[in-house]
Amino acid sequence: MSVTEHAGASGDDAPVLEISGLRLSYYTRAGEIPAVMDFDLTVRKGESVGLVGESGCGKSTVANGIMRYMGRNGGIVGGSIRFKGRDMSEFSEEEIRRIRGRDIAMIYQEPMASLNPSMTIARQLTEVPMVHEGVSEEEARRRAREMLEAVHIPDPNRLMASYPHQVSGGQQQRVVIAMALLSRPALLLLDEPTTALDVTVEAGIVELIAELSKEAGTSLLYISHNLGLMLEVCDRICVMYSGEVVEEGHIDSIFSWPKHPYTHGLFGCIPLPHADKNARPLVAIPGQLPLPHQRPTGCYFGPRCSFFEPGRCDGDLVAMESVHTDDDPAHRVRCLRWNEIDHDAAVRVEETREPVSVGETVLEVDNMRKYYEVRETSLAALVSRGSPRQVKANEQISFRAGEGETVAIVGESGCGKSTFAKVLMGLETATEGEVRLDGTDLGSIPVKQRTPEQLASLQMVFQNPNDTLNPSHSVGAQIARVIRRFGIESEPARVQQQVFRLLDTVKLPRDFASRKPRQLSGGQKQRIGIARAFAGNPKTVIADEPISALDVSVAAAVTELLMDIQREHRTTLLFISHDLSAVRYLSDRVVVMYLGQIMERGSTEEVFAPPYHPYTEALLSAVPIADPEVEKRRIVLEGNLPSPLDPPKGCPFSTRCPRRLGSICDTDPPPVQMNADRHAIACHIPLEELRLVEPVITIPERDALPAGEGATG
Amino acid sequence: MTDQTTTAAPDSRLMTAARSVLLLRESPVGVFGGLIVLTFMLLAIFAPLVAPFDPNATILPFATPGTANPEGGIFLFGTDHLGRDILSRIIWGGQRVLFYASAATISAYVVGILMGLAAGYFRGWLDEVISFVANVILSFPIMVLYVLIIAKFGASGINIIFAVVFASSPGIMRIVRGVTMDIATRDYIAAAQTRGEGPWYIMLVEILPNARGPLIVDFCLRMGYTTITIGALGFLGLGLPPPDPDWGGMITETRAFVTGGFPHMAIFPACAVSLLVLGFNLLADGLREVSLRD
Repeated sequence: MSVTEHAGASGDDAPVLEISGLRLSYYTRAGEIPAVMDFDLTVRKGESVGLVGESGCGKSTVANGIMRYMGRNGGIVGGSIRFKGRDMSEFSEEEIRRIRGRDIAMIYQEPMASLNPSMTIARQLTEVPMVHEGVSEEEARRRAREMLEAVHIPDPNRLMASYPHQVSGGQQQRVVIAMALLSRPALLLLDEPTTALDVTVEAGIVELIAELSKEAGTSLLYISHNLGLMLEVCDRICVMYSGEVVEEGHIDSIFSWPKHPYTHGLFGCIPLPHADKNARPLVAIPGQLPLPHQRPTGCYFGPRCSFFEPGRCDGDLVAMESVHTDDDPAHRVRCLRWNEIDHDAAVRVEETREPVSVGETVLEVDNMRKYYEVRETSLAALVSRGSPRQVKANEQISFRAGEGETVAIVGESGCGKSTFAKVLMGLETATEGEVRLDGTDLGSIPVKQRTPEQLASLQMVFQNPNDTLNPSHSVGAQIARVIRRFGIESEPARVQQQVFRLLDTVKLPRDFASRKPRQLSGGQKQRIGIARAFAGNPKTVIADEPISALDVSVAAAVTELLMDIQREHRTTLLFISHDLSAVRYLSDRVVVMYLGQIMERGSTEEVFAPPYHPYTEALLSAVPIADPEVEKRRIVLEGNLPSPLDPPKGCPFSTRCPRRLGSICDTDPPPVQMNADRHAIACHIPLEELRLVEPVITIPERDALPAGEGATG
Repeated sequence: MTDQTTTAAPDSRLMTAARSVLLLRESPVGVFGGLIVLTFMLLAIFAPLVAPFDPNATILPFATPGTANPEGGIFLFGTDHLGRDILSRIIWGGQRVLFYASAATISAYVVGILMGLAAGYFRGWLDEVISFVANVILSFPIMVLYVLIIAKFGASGINIIFAVVFASSPGIMRIVRGVTMDIATRDYIAAAQTRGEGPWYIMLVEILPNARGPLIVDFCLRMGYTTITIGALGFLGLGLPPPDPDWGGMITETRAFVTGGFPHMAIFPACAVSLLVLGFNLLADGLREVSLRD
C-alpha cells in the first residue's frame, strides 16, 4: 500500500521524501487526539506535490511532523518519514536542527511572523549560510544579494538595509522565500504561502516559486485550501479529509475524474466559471468536519456523503484503492463505492432558481469622497507647520444599486473598499458627495445621529467569523438585542419567537440561541452574523468579505444562504470582495476599485468580458481557477501598490499598468469612458483599442458542466 | 453545517463558572496558591469560632510558643509583650487585612476600569488627560504617596482604601485602556455602533466582559500588593488604628523584643503576610498558566 511502487529505480528518480503509514497525535485535555492517520506520501526530486483540504484536516500537522515541530503536546505515534533514504526518527536533535533550514525549508502563511522585526533583512538572510555552511559574512552577503535578485526584488541593496516592517507584504514573502532557498534545500514546505497576500501579488509569488524550484531542482510540498492554486503549481495532489488522504493522484487525473465523493463535493462548492447563481447554483456539502475524537466508524466522510450505504460504509476503516485510468496509474482513492457512483447522474437533480428582478434604485452614491488627514506629531512637522497631508481613501465614487440587486465592490487590500463601507454605515462621514439611501443623504450623518429606521435599513455582515460575535454573550441575546433596538418586538416572549424565526431562516437549530459563540464553528458564526444583519429587516446589507475566512464547503453554504435570504426579502446586497470567482458567481453588477478610485463598473457580463480596464484584466488573470480546461492569459503585475499618501498624479494604476500609454498616464487623470449605458471604464486607452483585447479567460464550449463531471464514463 | 456541534446541552452561568474554577486544578502551583488564600479566607470568616482567645485580652506576657495558659488552652504561637495571644491576633488581623485589602482593591478596580474604558474607547483629549494624570501619579514612589496621604488625612481604614485607590487605579487604568483599545477594533463593536448603541453600553456590556481574562490575573496580584501595603503601613505606624490587631502593626509593636529573645512575636505575623502574598501570587500564576493553555 505504498506509493513508492511507481517510483522507479533510477538514481535521479530517488524520492527526496518518503512517508509511510505516518500517524501523528496531539495530547490535550480531552486525551489523545489523532490528527493524521495512515499517511503515505512520496516526493521525488523536482516534483511539486500538493496537500489540499479544509481547515482541521491535518495538512499543516503533516508539514510540522516532517519538520518535527510538533510542539510539546504533539508527537509521531507511528509510521516513518524517510528523508533522502534515511529514517528521520534516527536523527538526533542536533542533526534535525541542522537539516531544518538547510535541507528542508519551510515557508509559512504570514511573512511577518517568519521575519524578526528587530533585525535588518540583511542580517536575517546572511545568518542562513553563515550558520549552516560556516561561510564568511562577506560571502553570505553576496549570496543574499544574489538570491534577492533571483526573487525579483528591484533594489536588493536598499532592501537589505531595511527592517521587515518597512517593506510590503509581497516583498516580505519574497524575502522569506529567498531565505528559504539560500541554502539550496532539497525540499521546500510551503504552508499556505500566498493566502495572506493579494491575488495579483499571489500570482507573482506562485510564478516565482515554480521558476526557482525548476532551476534548482527543489522538491515542493505545497499546502493549501485553494484548489485553483493547486492546479497551477502542483504535479500531484493529495486530498485530505479528517486526518487522512481520501484521494491522491496526478493533478489532471484528479481534476478531470475526481472519484471520491468528498473531492467531488469540493468542486461543487467552488464558484467555477460555469456556475451560475440561478441556473447552476453551488452545491454545498451537508454537515461539517467531524471532530477528531468523534470520527464515525468506517468512512469518515460517511455521514456527509450522499452515496452512504449503511452496513457497508460504516464498517471497517476504508483502505486506499487504486483507480485504473489510462492516464495515471497512481490515482488512488479511499472509497468503497468509487466504482459504482455515477456523479453525473447525481448532479442532475440540482434545482434552479428564478432570477431576481431588479427593482427601483435604493442606494445611490454620487461623487463620494473620503479623505483622511494625517496629523504629523513629530517636532519637525510642528515647527514647519506645513499643511496636513491627506490620504485619499475614496475618490469620486459613484454608482447605483437597485432593490434586490447584488453589487460587488472588488479590489485588493488598500483599494478603499472598507472605507467605503464605513462611510455607508456612518462609522465615518463622507468628505464630499452624497450617499443616498431611499432618497436621504446618509453620507454626512454619523451613526450616532441616525434614526433607528435609518440604522435598521442598512446593516452589515462582517468578514471575520471569530470577530463578528461578542464572545461573552449568548447568540440569542445578541440577536434579541438587535430586535429590541430596532423596535421590531419588545415583549420578551415575542422577541424570543423572533430570535427562533431568524435561527430557522439561517438554518440553525433553535437551541443555538443559548450557546456562546465559541461553541460554534466558523460557518455557524457567520450564519448568526447574517441573522443579526437581517434582524431589523434591512433594505440594504453590506457584506464585507463574508466568506473569505471560511472553508470552501462552508463558504458555498453561507453564500447560498445569503442569497436565499436576499431573494426572499428583496434586499440590496453590496458584496465587498477580492475574490473574482465569487463575484462573478453571485453579483449582478461589479465595481472595480484601485487605490480609492473606481476603475471600471458595469454589469457582471460586461466587466468579465472585453473591453476591460487593464487592471480588471490583470485581476482576472491573477485569480486561480480550479478547472484544467479553462484557458487563461497570464498577466503578472510588477511593483507594489503605491502609498495612498502619495498616489500617482494621473491614473492611479499607471505605475503598474502593463498597457501604459506613456507620460499622459502619469500626469492626467484618466477620462471615464462609457462603453455601454452603465458600463464605465476610466482609462486613457481608447475604447476601440480596449475592445480588441483578447478575453483573459477562455471557457471551452461544452454543455456547461462543472469540472469533473465532463468526462466520466 | 447543522446540529452536530460538540457541546451538547447549553450551560448555565453557574456551571461555566464552576468549570473555569475546576480548570485551575491543571496547575499545581495555582492550586497551592488557591488553597493558601482559601485557608486565610476561611480563617477570617470564621475568626470568632477559630481563634482560641480574645485577641485583645491581656493574659500572660512574654509567653513563648507552646506555653500552656493557666486558665486552659495553649498559646500555640506564644503571646506578645502585653500578654495577648499571637495566633488569635493573626486570625483576627487576617480578617481585617483581607477585608481592607479586598475593599481597597475592588474600589481601585472600579475607578481604574471606568477610567481605562473611557480613555481607551473615546481616545482623543480625554485619553490624553487621563493618561497624563495617571503617568504623574505613577511617577511617584508608591510608598511616598501612601505616607503622604495617610499623614495628611490620618490613619484610618477608609483612608487606607483611599490611598490604595489613588495609587493603584492608574496602573489598572493602563491595563484596561490597552485591552479596550484592542477590543474596540473588533467587528462586534462596529456591529454595536451600527445599531446605535450608546458608548457606555458598548464599554460596559460589549467590551468589559471580554477584558476579564487579564484583569482577573492582575486582581490576584494586586490583592497581594495591597496586603503588603497594609502590612507596611501598619509597620510604619500608619495602618489600622490599635488596639485591634493588624499584621504590620503587630510586627512594629513587638520589634524591640525580637532581639531580646522573643523573635516569635514578630516572626509569626511576618510569616502570615508573606504566606498570604505568596498565595495570591501563586494563584495569579496558576490562573495565567491555565488561561494560556488551549
